[in-house]
Amino acid sequence: MADQETLKTVRELEKYKYGFETHVETEKAPKGLNEDIIRFISEKKGEPEWMLEWRLNAYRLWLTMEEPRWAKVHYPPIDFQAIHYYAAPKRKKGPKSLDEVDPEILKTYEKLGIPLKEQEILAGVEGAPKVAVDAVFDSVSVATTFREELEKAGVIFCPISEAIQKHPDLVRKYLGSVVPPGDNFYAALNSAVFTDGSFVYVPKGVRCPMELSTYFRINERNTGQFERTLIICDEGAYVSYLEGCTAPARSEHQLHAAVVELIALDDAEIKYSTVQNWYPGDAEGRGGVYNFVTKRADCRGRNSKVSWTQVETGSAITWKYPSCILKGDNSVGEFYSIAISNGRQQVDSGTKMVHLGKNTKSRIISKGISAGRSQNTYRGLVSIARKAHGARNFTQCDSLLIGDKCGAHTVPYIQAKTPHAKVEHEATTSKIAEDQLFYCRARGIPEEEAVALIVNGFVREVIQKLPMEFMAETQKLIGISLEGSVG
Amino acid sequence: MLLEVKDLRAVVRPEDENEEDAGVREILKGLSLSIASGEVHAIMGPNGSGKSTFSHVLAGKPGYEVTDGTVQFKGEDLLALEPEERAARGLFLAFQYPVEIPGVPYMQFLKVALNAQRKLRGEEELSTPDFMRLIREKTQQLGIPMDMLRRAVNVGFSGGEKKRMEVLQMAVLQPSLCILDEIDSGLDIDALKIVADGVNALRSEDRGFLLITHYQRLLDYIEPDHVHVMVRGRIVRSGGRELALELEREGYAAYQEAAA
Repeated sequence: MADQETLKTVRELEKYKYGFETHVETEKAPKGLNEDIIRFISEKKGEPEWMLEWRLNAYRLWLTMEEPRWAKVHYPPIDFQAIHYYAAPKRKKGPKSLDEVDPEILKTYEKLGIPLKEQEILAGVEGAPKVAVDAVFDSVSVATTFREELEKAGVIFCPISEAIQKHPDLVRKYLGSVVPPGDNFYAALNSAVFTDGSFVYVPKGVRCPMELSTYFRINERNTGQFERTLIICDEGAYVSYLEGCTAPARSEHQLHAAVVELIALDDAEIKYSTVQNWYPGDAEGRGGVYNFVTKRADCRGRNSKVSWTQVETGSAITWKYPSCILKGDNSVGEFYSIAISNGRQQVDSGTKMVHLGKNTKSRIISKGISAGRSQNTYRGLVSIARKAHGARNFTQCDSLLIGDKCGAHTVPYIQAKTPHAKVEHEATTSKIAEDQLFYCRARGIPEEEAVALIVNGFVREVIQKLPMEFMAETQKLIGISLEGSVG
Repeated sequence: MLLEVKDLRAVVRPEDENEEDAGVREILKGLSLSIASGEVHAIMGPNGSGKSTFSHVLAGKPGYEVTDGTVQFKGEDLLALEPEERAARGLFLAFQYPVEIPGVPYMQFLKVALNAQRKLRGEEELSTPDFMRLIREKTQQLGIPMDMLRRAVNVGFSGGEKKRMEVLQMAVLQPSLCILDEIDSGLDIDALKIVADGVNALRSEDRGFLLITHYQRLLDYIEPDHVHVMVRGRIVRSGGRELALELEREGYAAYQEAAA
């Protein structure tokens, strides 16, 4: 009897919480990648000639490059010719409001558990907190809210394809200025084929009046997703941007190769938060998203500041190093990370803090949790240039192991070319103690809930860096990701 | 009967299962004990007599295996239940060494524990305002500053503070059987008085207590109805309050020789 119960529970846990697909008619490019496909994408997007040239140039660079192999992750070779590089939900003329959005898509958001607060916003409830939702559904933005209020403040927040049309000067000036097309293999691929993503410009002295939030979602069989995000904060401006995502269960691997570029000018501040919850694959490691992302911020101005906060719980493979180039004097870069791996997930994530300006500061807090048979690596670079007098870095990497079949690895690289700098690195590795688990259980807390509680305590410092509306959701997500990790 | 233990035998299992024969040691060797609601029992005995093991086996700590005997708790087979189910049915173990849980505020820990127990009993979870009301009442009764509940569970707490918080947990969770495993260890006399006052305030007709201690000193502050002497995994003598005083005078030597 008890055995039956256990089997049933285990079976239910194996089903991914968000394992569903929506059926929306899609229009997709044929499989494979060549210059014609890139012309197809560019034409679909109605892009100007310079953009097409930019893409083709990136494609030609990509052809000369090789996949990076230095990360501690293993996967069979990817057939880049077996992927559809473009898919868009078919729609009647562009929807002007959410009422015109396909109810299937709205239902998807519901299943995803987009918080009630945001559903209120979508429903236009008065007094709801202001969170602008630029929802990306399978590569094409289908709905954008709060456009008007942002416009009043002079903030531009729109799909990047729209920015290419309407704000070509800004796009041409900044696109690829932080992550050049030839930066790395996946950045080059993204530059050639990106189909959508967000564009944000906050003008001089403006504090963006609301949190900007985007929900990404992969939903088309065999479709790679290549988001491109570009955020520019002009002098003295401030913006906080949230990105959260999840994807349905499927048996074939999906490639995701996003590029995010942030630019902070003098006295500007950008906070970028991510909650990543893509399909991690099944118990044997089949299926699941390959998440190969390039995220980089350029603290170009004096006294500028960029904070990356990430909660990574999903994907079969994660390869991601949100970084800061601290170019402006007195600029500040921060990286707060929670990376959870369970089952057969492989995570190789961390950050790069490149100190170029004087008195630049960086702070890295990384919390890695490994369970099941997963492998979790922190890989980070702190580099201090010869002229970066007075630069300071503090790094803390804590790893927590659950069970004895997983691995945690810490690979810090530190390069200081001036003696006038201070670099600190602290690292710990611990296991959830049997004593802690028993103490919780003796108080009536079942084992899985106890693990979630202990892990949430372990990552508390980072959770507190998240915007309010993400905190409770994230704590729950941590519990869900570790289900089945004990016992 | 609240708790009825009959001929309990238990062994400790080594973590490495390959070394089974080398590590298996029998700690409890036919222990019997009955506790009724409203009674306070004390088990005294020398180091290594199995007192703490007994409390761990009752609470369901992994690493022990019961090889013989029965334990009935309110008429139910206690040994068939998971530790959290035992807690939800009203069994509470105050730890000799309360465990630290970094980053988890005490307040959250208490709320999660209370609601987990309610859920297991099929009761509705307590709302945040109701929970806060309960906590305010209990902390005031025990003279515990609310600030302590904002700190992480037992992290940086003194020995006395940890034990006081164990008593607070008892007051909040309202168990029907409280097992206090050497609640006096590591406490100075002032801290001991405070903890004892807290325990005494919880004594009632529908609650039983099992005190485990080396020293009779604790029993000056929490007066037991029954005192048991435990030696080598067995209760070798039972009596009233006066037995504790006799042990204080004469020590355990005579019992140990008899058991050997």
